[in-house]
Amino acid sequence: MTGETHTSSEYITHHLQNLTFGRLADGTWTVAHTAEQAKEMGFWSLNLDSLGVSIALGVFFLFLFRRVAKRATAGVPGGLQNFVEWVVEFIDGAVRGSFSGRNALVAPLALTIFFWVFLMNFMDLISIDYGPKAAELSGLHFFKLVPSTDPNITFGMALSVFALVLYYSIKIKGVGGFLGELTMQPFQAKSIPMKLLFLPINLFLETVNLISKPISLSLRLFGNMYAGEMIFILIAVMYGASLLLGSFAGLLQVGWAIFHILIITLQAFIFMTLTIVYLDMAHQEHH
Amino acid sequence: MNLTATMIGQSIAFFLFVAFCMKFIWPPLMQALEERKRTIADGLAAAERGKREQEIGEKKALETIKKAKQDAAEVIALAEKRASEIADEAKLHAKAEAERIVTAARAEIDQEVNRAKEQLRAAVSALAVSGASRILEKEVDAKAHAQLLDSVMKQL
Repeated sequence: MTGETHTSSEYITHHLQNLTFGRLADGTWTVAHTAEQAKEMGFWSLNLDSLGVSIALGVFFLFLFRRVAKRATAGVPGGLQNFVEWVVEFIDGAVRGSFSGRNALVAPLALTIFFWVFLMNFMDLISIDYGPKAAELSGLHFFKLVPSTDPNITFGMALSVFALVLYYSIKIKGVGGFLGELTMQPFQAKSIPMKLLFLPINLFLETVNLISKPISLSLRLFGNMYAGEMIFILIAVMYGASLLLGSFAGLLQVGWAIFHILIITLQAFIFMTLTIVYLDMAHQEHH
Repeated sequence: MNLTATMIGQSIAFFLFVAFCMKFIWPPLMQALEERKRTIADGLAAAERGKREQEIGEKKALETIKKAKQDAAEVIALAEKRASEIADEAKLHAKAEAERIVTAARAEIDQEVNRAKEQLRAAVSALAVSGASRILEKEVDAKAHAQLLDSVMKQL
């Protein structure tokens, strides 16, 4: 909880600041001690907390599933294998339902996205003070525990998906086909002059359409998780207000946490499904 | 919220994780699932086959029983026929034997009668000779009268 010297706004901004590693204006590489320093570091800096937690969760996911995969038997499955098989079959069903092409990448990609994003979102259910407090005890100034509340993380994933979409669009349809898709629709014409007339309009619309995919994908996840985190922080601020407000905040926190279980799963599922759908669109030939 | 190189780091991690998942996690899990599906399908097929085989076996068993019953009835009929045949044969045989015995007995009796007659004749002739000699008080020459005696004996 906030110390005596902290105000509510200080508490909130403290909780929303990443642990950033980068180069200061004077040329030294270091961990930022203040929000201003972090801002000063510019693009070439790393959010150690987001990246660390995200990679740790990813490795945990891979380790867990690899353990099961290594000793997976066709016989009677044990408890963990049962769970893993349930997840895998769920993902497999989702991919079969939305992806019509043939690509061995899509199902493992969907599994990784779903479980990884779910685990990152799940960090939201850990009490918001644990991360910063643990960091404080180990001498760090900031620590954001939930990687998916960091736009860098969601953009990183969405842009990776976008890169795959571009790659498969060009691989399946060829450069010409891909460019044709960008310029020949939605307005279509038979004669060449009309085609040329529609070309800039089509290009504009399709480019917006294309660019909106990674942006909406990343901002949806980021927005939902950031808002959820924000509400947890605001509830936590209420604890310090008074006994009555504090106990009410307790109730709110439980309610919001329960509701959040739904949100974190749903967001992971949406991220996965949209990835599958985008890749499916990349695999489909238009005329 | 400023965008930084964290994005790139996350992208690299993302591709590495997906590649790992694609190489080492998804295939063995899918393989295990497929294998189990196949095992279950095979088991069901085997059960179906077993059921069909059992039905065929039952039918066969019923047929065998029916045939065995038929065979047994035939054998019994045959045996009865044979038994009556044997009984008839024995009857015939016994009758023949009896006739044979009776005939033999009759022949013996005839023989005995003849012998007795023979003896009787000899005795009567001897008696006649001794009686006549007594009456004549003189020795009758048996040799001289043998011819006569023989003719007497034949008349008896």
